[in-house]
Amino acid sequence: MQDMGIKILFEGDHLIRLLEGMGVTLRISLVSAGGSVILGMIFGMLMMADHAVIRWVSRIYLEFVRIMPQLVLLFLAYFGAAKHLGWDLSGEQAAAAVFTFWGTAEMGDLVRGALQSIPRHQRQSGEALGLTKLQIYRFILVPQALKRLIPQAVNLITRMIKTTSLVVLIGVAEVVKTGQQIIESARLTAPDAALWVYGAVFLLYFAVCWPISAAAGLLEKHWGEEV
Amino acid sequence: MDWDFILQYRELYIDAAWLTIRTAALGILGALLLGLICGMIRYCRIPVLSRIIGMYIELSRNTPLVIQLFFLYFGLPRMGITLESETCAVTGLIFLGGSYMAETFRSGLEAVGTIQTESALSLGFRKMQIFFYILLPQAAAVAVPGIGANVMFLLKETSVFSIVALADLMYVAKDLIGLYYKTDEALFMLTVSYLIILLPVSALFSLLERRLRYAGYGN
Repeated sequence: MQDMGIKILFEGDHLIRLLEGMGVTLRISLVSAGGSVILGMIFGMLMMADHAVIRWVSRIYLEFVRIMPQLVLLFLAYFGAAKHLGWDLSGEQAAAAVFTFWGTAEMGDLVRGALQSIPRHQRQSGEALGLTKLQIYRFILVPQALKRLIPQAVNLITRMIKTTSLVVLIGVAEVVKTGQQIIESARLTAPDAALWVYGAVFLLYFAVCWPISAAAGLLEKHWGEEV
Repeated sequence: MDWDFILQYRELYIDAAWLTIRTAALGILGALLLGLICGMIRYCRIPVLSRIIGMYIELSRNTPLVIQLFFLYFGLPRMGITLESETCAVTGLIFLGGSYMAETFRSGLEAVGTIQTESALSLGFRKMQIFFYILLPQAAAVAVPGIGANVMFLLKETSVFSIVALADLMYVAKDLIGLYYKTDEALFMLTVSYLIILLPVSALFSLLERRLRYAGYGN
């Protein structure tokens, strides 16, 4: 290895700036994840609606969001909204809006899947016992569905964090952008900075996502045996 | 919508689409191969290798492709390893996709009942024969939906290749927006191009999935 290029990470406030950049990434992901979970619950219910038109429209929404790369959606919102709606969205706002739009569809499908995975006899038994529709949801369907839903929803959050790395392409000053600034500023003094800075960014993402996916895996194993 | 503009620049999109398809095809094939090998090793629990591959899988699944590419393209040259844009993009896709494919293959293999291996052993099959004639065909059928999802995922991930200076669809769109302010046309062509690439693949896999959905034997 070359002469300790790693020093670049600890010079001045470099490490703190990188962490702050990661903070921006996490802020965007958490805002979008929060929005997606709430809207996704509603969307999941809509997907199971009795009305055929509602089901079709939600199906088309889901398929479109699923099939388009998130970066394309991001471009559509970032460049398209400015032109047509006259909204001068900041990169961060556009990103949060797009990831919520995308996450709602994904989350909705998870909610639908979780609810539908519950055997029909559970609902029927509830009805036979004379429970009201609300009680059936409250005491029978939702608790069982949650055990399937939560691990998958946690996984969706890691996907959200990973997807947020795209925002550097619409110029948000997050962790990669900060990294680039550090590399540029040290171009002459530390030519090896790129290796260490990108390596650090790589590990930062891993450090954030790995515990979350590990938790999702554990939850899945824990609850998987009961269901 | 300025259709003349679209006609005039459609060649750019077609070239870019081919580039996307070419790099994606290479990357996905590589990922399938790497995934199959890693999945086999994980399934057989080969002592040290299995652990190393487990670490690779965690590392690759918990970091975004953008960051992996940045590291490959800008970081590695500092260690004396310089990759060309296209090589870098394909390598990144293989690194990312390999882990997803490995997990899919492994869970496919694990879905095949142990009675299958036991019966084959009692019939006097050799290990290799068991793997290729008995386990793999059944596991592959189980794994098809997962593989399809991975292929779609990887195809969509190719949209970040412009960061390693590959003139892909995103690059062309951004270029046209910057040069001519034809935002609508550029974005319209971008959306249409991706739909043309992705819709058939998505349809193909749902067809395959339906075709291969036969019951597993004895479990």
